[in-house]
Amino acid sequence: MELTVSPAPHIHGRLSASQCMYSVIIALLPAFAVSLYFFGVGALIVTLTSILSCVVVEYLIQKFLLKVKPTIGDGSAILTGLLLGFNLPSNLPVWIVIIGSIAAIGITKMAFGGLGNNLFNPALVGRVFLLISFPTYMTQWPVPSASRWSYTDAETGATLLSKLKEEGSQWVSQVNISDLWIGNQGGSLGEVGAIALLIGFAFLLYRRIISWHIPVSILATVFVFSFALGLGEELSAQASGAWQHAFDFALIQLLSGGLLLGAIYMATDYVTSPMTSRGMIIYGIGIGILTVVIRQWGGYPEGVSFAILIMNAFTPLINNYVKPKRFGRA
Amino acid sequence: MLKTFRIGGIHPNEHKLTAHCPVTPVAVPRQVAIMLNQHIGAPANCIVKKGDTVKVGTLIAEAGGFVSANIHSPVSGTVSKVDKAANAFGQYGTTIIIDTEGDEWEESIDRSPELKEEITLTSQEIIKKIAEAGIVGLGGATFPTHVKLMPPKEFKPTVLIVNATECEPYLTDDHALMLESPDQILVGCRILMKAINVEQAYIGIENNKPDAIALLQQHATRYPGITIVPLRTRYPQGGEKQLIDAILHKQVANGALPVSTGAIVQNVGTAFAVYEAVQKNKPLVDRVVTVTGDHIAKPGNYRIRLGMSMHELIDMAGGLPDDCAKVILGGPMMGKAVSNIDSPISKGCSGIVILDEKHAHRGTIEPCIRCGKCVSACPMGLEPFLLAKLSQNHLFDRAERELITSCLECGCCSYSCPSNRPILDYIRVGKNAVNRIIRSRKQS
Ligand code: SF4
Ligand code: SF4
Repeated sequence: MELTVSPAPHIHGRLSASQCMYSVIIALLPAFAVSLYFFGVGALIVTLTSILSCVVVEYLIQKFLLKVKPTIGDGSAILTGLLLGFNLPSNLPVWIVIIGSIAAIGITKMAFGGLGNNLFNPALVGRVFLLISFPTYMTQWPVPSASRWSYTDAETGATLLSKLKEEGSQWVSQVNISDLWIGNQGGSLGEVGAIALLIGFAFLLYRRIISWHIPVSILATVFVFSFALGLGEELSAQASGAWQHAFDFALIQLLSGGLLLGAIYMATDYVTSPMTSRGMIIYGIGIGILTVVIRQWGGYPEGVSFAILIMNAFTPLINNYVKPKRFGRA
Repeated sequence: MLKTFRIGGIHPNEHKLTAHCPVTPVAVPRQVAIMLNQHIGAPANCIVKKGDTVKVGTLIAEAGGFVSANIHSPVSGTVSKVDKAANAFGQYGTTIIIDTEGDEWEESIDRSPELKEEITLTSQEIIKKIAEAGIVGLGGATFPTHVKLMPPKEFKPTVLIVNATECEPYLTDDHALMLESPDQILVGCRILMKAINVEQAYIGIENNKPDAIALLQQHATRYPGITIVPLRTRYPQGGEKQLIDAILHKQVANGALPVSTGAIVQNVGTAFAVYEAVQKNKPLVDRVVTVTGDHIAKPGNYRIRLGMSMHELIDMAGGLPDDCAKVILGGPMMGKAVSNIDSPISKGCSGIVILDEKHAHRGTIEPCIRCGKCVSACPMGLEPFLLAKLSQNHLFDRAERELITSCLECGCCSYSCPSNRPILDYIRVGKNAVNRIIRSRKQS
């Protein structure tokens, strides 16, 4: 009898790379349901276009440019497409979405050597590329539930963060925070439903697809930093109820904009985030600080995408200098 | 919270199919083959020749140096041949073949079942007796036990740790032994304590064996100084360094001997063999072996005479299933795949695991997605993906700085990699190269 001989270990864990990708996709489904509810047909069109064009771009490049066996089955292009779609307004014309996909897959992922080699998060590069190239299209946000059956002609309004930026933190008292939890706010189509995004987070932690380090350190940093800012402002204005106000301000910072989507699903991208838990915490704190700084003092109301991309650039450095806790070296 | 080690680790599917199979004695084989190099260290020197008659327990090969072990005949009969023969991995070594006649034991061996609790020998006498009996680490390490009981002068042992974790999936030989002979193990533990002059011992058992924990706890009350420590089930808890960390909360410094923490670790099967050697005068001639696999007809924990053919034992357990594709000596995480099942079972064989076609092969290797799962799984706090890459690119200086030599070869990294990367294969190559470089540096 011919016996197979190979070195140990002889058994393997249950997770495969594509299972990791598909698990993240599953984790995003509750948030997708929320965006379909609030943004209707536009959310569907933009998301499907984005997924389809990312997959097609990857397939074409692998087949005709690189002449290798296409790996679109591994789920990573689908995930990139889904995340890119989630970061766009639901009234964005199809042709712009396709340009975003080309930037994400073609430039960010494939030009660097494909899965595992890219420095920056593809979906985020796609989004930022569109934000810079088509600023008007990218800053008009359909009003939730107002026009479920319209697409590019949907009624638009401002996001919470831009209002906050214009009107200052006094405006906090007018925000209905429970709307933020369920997703009744303007914004990129996949970022609005806080509860849905958190359900996906719980699922990913349970399946051990990601660890808590990156999301928790980002969220904690943003919360603490924003709370301090809010408190400082309130105290200098000698307002009553300063603590409550600062708390609400910090909570709004957590639940609005792309923070939850970014912290849980974008910053945790395996390829572009650090490998050790200590590195992950440093990276997360960096993203948190940059996010608040951009939101507070930068030219854009929202800073999560930029913050993550900047920290992506530091990932190789972090990997080089931040080593895991070694056994026997307290 | 149950105790466990503090860095890395995995929890593979346990597959303890034979957890409730009691130890079953197997008939004496018609012929045995005894390899002279079945332990770590120098091979033993054969002291019999063709035609000699031997009894069970007759010394047939003498330790060939300080780090080496005696070997005794596991059967009575006639030496039919002393010749080179292939072991389970196809490597040739001197082997003594004995044809069995009857089952006659050396008179000095006490075969009565009575428990003998009283320890009359001194520390030195105990160690001498263990050396004479040819006992080696029975968890699979096969390091001569008496050598481990005599640490370098500068270290003074303060505690004995008995490894009863059995953290490898599938294996249950230690579990079955604990349920069968709790008192013998505890007396063996007392003997080992006396040998190294310590007043305290811990027996670490993973909590997937609640019956063994309860039984030993109940019996341990009669033996002063012995504490049973339930541990959270996690691989590689049976690694010496991990076990010391789990129980004493002390980490062996990089490059230091485990005994520098004051602990001497022995396997639970070894403790049982020590009892038999010291109290009953019985050298190491048999052991418990788990034969298991998803499609084996009669998986179980068998007490066999050493030197029995692996093939014969597998036949006892219902024979090789049709879909058998891989046979592993030891557990599936650190055991070795066998090429020759007609080879004899040796002292270090804790189990034979038989895998079918589906489980015998590895998945397709895909690119590293930098998920960091190998890093968080590594119990030594290394970066396996990096060590693999450095080894692949022959960057041995850097690999040394990244502590490649402290890799345990536990396999947690390869096990966890979602891209099926053969991380440990690369690391082994790199580690050997680095060790070679370090040795040549020391010489010059
Ligand atoms: S085999 Fe080595 S590198 Fe891999 S997990 Fe075990 S100790 Fe770490
Ligand atoms: S587990 Fe595999 S894919 Fe993940 S970082 Fe390690 S080598 Fe790369």
